[in-house]
Amino acid sequence: MAKLVFKTDFCKGCGLCVDACPKKLIRLSPDKINMKGHHPAEITDQEACVGCAFCAQMCPDCVIKVER
Amino acid sequence: MVVFDKPHALADVPLHYCPGCTHGIVHRLVAEVLDELGIEGKAIGVAPVGCSVMAYDYFNCDMIEAAHGRAPAVATGVKRADPDEHIVFTYQGDGDLASIGMAETVHAAARNENITIIFINNAIYGMTGGQMAPTSLPNQVTQTSPYGRDVKACGFPIRVCELLSELDGPEYLERVTVNNVKNIRNAKKAIKKAFQNQIDKKGFSLIEVLSSCPTNWGMTPQKALEWIDEKMIPYYPLGVYKDRSAKEEK
Ligand SMILES: Cc1ncc(C[n+]2csc(CCOP(=O)(O)OP(=O)(O)O)c2C)c(N)n1
Ligand code: SF4
Ligand code: SF4
Ligand code: SF4
Ligand SMILES: [Mg+2]
Repeated sequence: MAKLVFKTDFCKGCGLCVDACPKKLIRLSPDKINMKGHHPAEITDQEACVGCAFCAQMCPDCVIKVER
Repeated sequence: MVVFDKPHALADVPLHYCPGCTHGIVHRLVAEVLDELGIEGKAIGVAPVGCSVMAYDYFNCDMIEAAHGRAPAVATGVKRADPDEHIVFTYQGDGDLASIGMAETVHAAARNENITIIFINNAIYGMTGGQMAPTSLPNQVTQTSPYGRDVKACGFPIRVCELLSELDGPEYLERVTVNNVKNIRNAKKAIKKAFQNQIDKKGFSLIEVLSSCPTNWGMTPQKALEWIDEKMIPYYPLGVYKDRSAKEEK
């Protein structure tokens, strides 16, 4: 099973990872706010993640680490 | 097993770029290439003036800050001082490389200096607040062309790869973009080749990357990636504009 680790405080809430995920598993957190004041990205269903790393490739800020 | 993580050559610090700005993606690709070629320890980067002025804080190799537009001249000096030991690259915006620094760019290419140039074309002066660049598109609205770039008054955009391809000097010229995963993979291949050429002493390699500036284009990061497809690529077609070694082998 794949696992994503988010460096949450580096996230700028740009949403490029949200659009990149072919399985639509990422959202910007509706309630959390990080140190920079952004709603950070989070994964909604880790079980469904295939570990393709498309989200991580699109992230300009290297927030997402992908393990498989 | 880790399948994706920040490359070692990229410093573990937050980048100052605006949300969704693709400067960050290109930084990562350069760092991945430094890792994969095992050259972080012998690479020397030259940072420009522009949004990427602080690139010297972001790469873990040695870095130098050049005066506006002068990065290829600085890189020339560094490379010639120790041609066998160091791998020298510049990272420059379109204002830096194609406006104030056009002379340095053209002459470094004409001399076939054995350096690698990463050229970020975002069709605007990002750092200073969105003024028209030599690469701004016809009719593009910028701070200094509020009614759109009027080519009668301001001239036409400069296509750097095409322009340099007319010279006998340069070894390798390619235009890529980073607006989706497939294009990011191609961009990485091009950047890797541009560094490998220097290791192989083949000479001047420049990779032009069509990059987004959501802030000064006045768009969401997502719309900015679409704008690259819709507006930039038609004017700036992707592809290899010069590959001298490949041509000679034929
Ligand atoms: C000699 C000099 N002239 C003008 C400036 C102002 N200036 C700073 S950055 C810049 C252009 C930046 O645009 P670009 O190279 O396209 O980089 P971007 O910010 O878009 O990545 C200019 C004109 C300066 N710093 N020094
Ligand atoms: S690794 Fe692939 S499937 Fe998993 S969240 Fe990222 S883009 Fe979606
Ligand atoms: S792409 Fe990166 S910075 Fe942007 S929202 Fe996703 S994790 Fe955050
Ligand atoms: S001004 Fe434009 S180029 Fe500069 S960091 Fe912001 S989005 Fe990127
Ligand atoms: Mg620019």
